[in-house]
This record gives sequence, C-alpha cells and structure tokens, in this order.
Amino acid sequence: MNDYRGIFADGLWNNNVVFAQMLALCPLMAVTSTATNGLGMGLATTAVLLASNIVVSSLRHWIAQEVRIPVYVLLIASLVTLADMAINAWLHELYKVLGLFIPLIVVNCCVLGRAESFASKQPVSAAAADGLAMGLGLTLALVLIGACREILGSATLFSHASLLLGPAFTFLETTLIKDYHGFLLMLLPPGGFLVLGFLLAGKRVIERVAEKREVKEEFHCSVQ
Amino acid sequence: MISHWLKPEIRQSSGYPILLLGGVALLVSTAIGIANLGTNADIARRQLEDLQVTLQQVVPAEYYDNEPVRDTVTIQEGDRSVQVYRARRKGQVQAVSFRTTAPGYGSSEMVLIVGVDRDGKLLGVRVISHAETPGLGDKIETSKSNWILGFTGRSLSDPPPAGWGVKKDGGVFDQFTGATITPRAVVKSIKGGLEFFAAHRAVLLDEASGGHDQ
Repeated sequence: MNDYRGIFADGLWNNNVVFAQMLALCPLMAVTSTATNGLGMGLATTAVLLASNIVVSSLRHWIAQEVRIPVYVLLIASLVTLADMAINAWLHELYKVLGLFIPLIVVNCCVLGRAESFASKQPVSAAAADGLAMGLGLTLALVLIGACREILGSATLFSHASLLLGPAFTFLETTLIKDYHGFLLMLLPPGGFLVLGFLLAGKRVIERVAEKREVKEEFHCSVQ
Repeated sequence: MISHWLKPEIRQSSGYPILLLGGVALLVSTAIGIANLGTNADIARRQLEDLQVTLQQVVPAEYYDNEPVRDTVTIQEGDRSVQVYRARRKGQVQAVSFRTTAPGYGSSEMVLIVGVDRDGKLLGVRVISHAETPGLGDKIETSKSNWILGFTGRSLSDPPPAGWGVKKDGGVFDQFTGATITPRAVVKSIKGGLEFFAAHRAVLLDEASGGHDQ
C-alpha cells in the first residue's frame, strides 16, 4: 500500500504543488525574485509540511470530522510559529533574509491541502513521505522560477547563497553578465507570472512528447 | 490499534469535538509558550547584535569606548518617542545615533538610522528598511548605489537650509532617474533628524544634567 515511488513521483512531477496543483502562488510571487530566496522558502515550507503531515497523520484517529479543519489550522499555525521562533533564535542570518515570509507559510494552502487530502487518511510513514515529496517539489519549483527571474532580471544566480547556507556555499554565487542594467519587470510580480506560464507550457510539452513516445511503443508492440 | 483507546460512545458524544478542539488548543499554546521561554533570550541577543552592527555603520569606532546600544536616552517628541544611542569616549558623548522615518513611495514607511557628531555633523546615514520599487527607488541602499554616503559630513549649515533638497527642487542632492519621491523623502527625513539633534542637543550630549556617570 505504501507506494513511496508513486508518492515521490506525485510530489516532484505529476502532482507538483506549483506546476500541477497551482497552489501556493502568493508566496511564490513574493519570494522568487532570486533563486536563493526560493530555496530558503522552499526548505522552510518543506520542514513545516513534513511536521504537519506527521502530526496530522498520528492524530487522525482522534480528530473528529466536524472540527477537523480548525484543528488542522491550529496545528499548522503553531508549527509555523515554532519554526519562526527557532529560525529567529538559532539561524538568525537566514531569518534576516526570510523573516517576512515565514509567517506566510501559514496561509500556504498546500500545507492544509496535504493535511486534509493525504495525511488525514494515511499512516504516519506515508504521510511523512508525502510531506517531504510535496515540499521538495515546491522547493524545486521555487528555485527554478527564482533562477529564471534572477538570471533575466539581474544576471546573477544564487546571489547571497552564503547568507542562507553558510560561507561554504559562496561558490554558488555567480554573476553571469557584469554591468547588466537589469530587467525590472522580471523582479516584480508580473515577471513571476510570466516565468510560471512559460515553465507550465514547458512541462506540458515534455508530457506530450512522453505520451507520444508511449503510444508509439505500444503500437510497435501490437504490430509485433 | 490506537483508535481502540477511545470508546465509540465518547467519540460519538456531542461534546467530543469541543473537548478535542479545546485540548488541541491547550496543547499547542503550551508548546508555543515553552518554545518562547527557550528562545526569547537568544532572540533578544541577536536583535541587540543586529542593532550594534547597524550603529557601527553610522558612527565610526574611534568615536566611542562604551557600548552605545546600552547607553540610551529616550526623547518624547509629539506622539512619538525616539530612542537615542550615545557613543562616549572617556565618559563624554562624542556622537549619537537614532532612527528617523520617511514616507516612502506608496504607503510604506522607510526607516533610516542617522549618526551625528557633537557638532551636528552627519557621520553616516543608512536605510534600515524600506519597500521602494526595486531598480528605481532602492538606490538608497548601499548595496545598489553610493548615493546615501553623500550625506556624510553634511550638517544643517552645509548646505544652507535652502539647499536641503533634491536638485529638481533647487537643492544640492541628486535624485534618481525615474524616482524623485524616494530621495526627496530621504533628504527631508535626514534634515528632520538634524533639526531634532539641534533641538535636543544638550540632553542628547548629556550636558544638561552636568554629565553624570554612565
């Protein structure tokens, strides 16, 4: 029953939070002006998703149907508050970069969505895997969109990565074009929508190509 | 199986959802309370460190041998209070730094920190937080432009009052291409900060009371 491969395929590609479910667009537009911000927000959300899925799943036999949504909201909001306090106290550099956006995780509907549609019906191990997979899928999307916007908007990639990940990651910080004048539109929310649109179209193209190949292979099989 | 711990009669009773919701609320607020106790000292220390770093940018280290973040005086001006950090060397106040605000483009406020020496000369100005348009108004940041450094060494008499404005308004300070409102507000706010210093100079320099020990 615990099909971890399927869970990860769902989270990363088939049912990706951003590219398939089209959830979490508000934090997406707000933070993805650089790849580093996207990565930080993605990892923070992953931690919350993982924790909330585990908690909701382990409480699933006690939670009464009538009050399940308020209970989930309560649990998620407190997990986010705990994460906010922990990051502020012990990862203060990261907090200075992401501080404004961490409370936004509460309103990220993908956390509540996974609690309601997956964790409340599945055993703890599967729910944890789902939280991790969905979180990583979201992180992937945030980094991808952030990277596109950063490259087009300011011709850098992973700027300030050392602030987020520590000085060992300074090598990630690259400047692609020196004296680039910047493409302001990409850094503003409309740029986020544009990039998202093109990436969605790209995903469709890949899926269509894969589908065609599958059909062809089936056809060959039947001829033989 | 865990679910068997609960008798079905209890689960089906009308009070169960209420008890559940209350119980969960009690549990999570306890957890948050404990976490707050565990982190608030660390958070306060970090914030003090941040403030120290900010103050160091506007008051050079040779101006003090004390800890300005701990040597503060609060001035009440109208309905807002300004906390002033005093930089002393050998007990005498050499410079002060304080926050000042300016209305940004749009509805948000910009917060600046200003360092002033005892003669009313600016030692440095930095923008701590703002929500100006990226690429236009954000040239007030040192990471984007040197513009804000141009205030260092200025005072209320340099330039004279009429010159305290952006060039478009007949002043001496540059505006940005495509953004005049932001620099105009910053110039006005810095001038306001200098006037604030002039008005409260004796208290800020700790000379009104005859200079007590810190």
